[in-house]
Amino acid sequence: MVGDRRRALVAKGMSDETPPPAAYAAGNDPLERVKAMIRFTPQAAALGMEVTRIEPARVWGRVPYRPDLVGDPETGVIAGGVLTTLLDTICGMAAVAAMESPTTVATIDLRIDYMRAAEPGRDVLAEAHCYKLGRSIAFVRAVAYEDSPDNPIAHVACAFMVNSSAGRKFGANVRKKT
Amino acid sequence: MSDTPQQRVAAALERIPYARFLNLRAELKGDELTLVMPYSEHLIGNPMLPALHGGVVGALMEVTALTQLAIASKSERFPKTIDIGIDYLRSGRPVDTFARARVVKIGRRVANVQAEAWQGEKSQPIATLHGHFMTPEVEGG
Repeated sequence: MVGDRRRALVAKGMSDETPPPAAYAAGNDPLERVKAMIRFTPQAAALGMEVTRIEPARVWGRVPYRPDLVGDPETGVIAGGVLTTLLDTICGMAAVAAMESPTTVATIDLRIDYMRAAEPGRDVLAEAHCYKLGRSIAFVRAVAYEDSPDNPIAHVACAFMVNSSAGRKFGANVRKKT
Repeated sequence: MSDTPQQRVAAALERIPYARFLNLRAELKGDELTLVMPYSEHLIGNPMLPALHGGVVGALMEVTALTQLAIASKSERFPKTIDIGIDYLRSGRPVDTFARARVVKIGRRVANVQAEAWQGEKSQPIATLHGHFMTPEVEGG
């Protein structure tokens, strides 16, 4: 059943009719447009996440170190969940940055490998690359690090549904199903 | 010093700042743990639908897996994550979300744990997670 539903969702993703949400399309500069995406994403704003640089199919971002985001109070290391959210977000943005005309994306799956703990007290940076954009699916990988991607904290590989909101109207998730 | 396992787990979660950021609450029946993530506006990742951010749904399942593993291995400390894989099955609606984890195997060095997150019906999970974690006793060894 889950499989059927996902196939149906993926099939919907093949329609190109839904225009990008107005908030995501603000301005013509890609960096400004992606920064607008973050402002209108409450969880990204709550983490203080920023996008620092954008190129076609590539996005660089950062989440500042904050004591209230710590996952291990003994060491002061930032929680894994914060990295999951940062990486998921900038990977989604890299998929959007790979498109000629932006649409919405939804994560199908992601896998994170932790190479080491993040250094306490330091901001976590990340860079994402959408290495394949298909009509329905985008494949993206990213690393999180403090100084250089050569010394990564974590690596992620994920798949996104392209144009995930196709056929779903504004507020679809709060309406009663008929 | 708390006496019941429920109090110990609740107290351990309370000490994690990020668990407070997500406002997580533990419910323990016997040795089975359910974590509750009450809906809050700051958890939204897609304001159009609106839908919960995939990252926080993943984080909820990861914290559940870590806590359930700490209970199963009778450890006061939370294990370290080696890797996690998350499958997203449905978009998370703006309502309370629950998660439960099952420790599949505790090896000498590595433990394998699966977790699931759901909202209205447990039979319709919104996401699943499988992860490998360092078995608490041998951390740093």
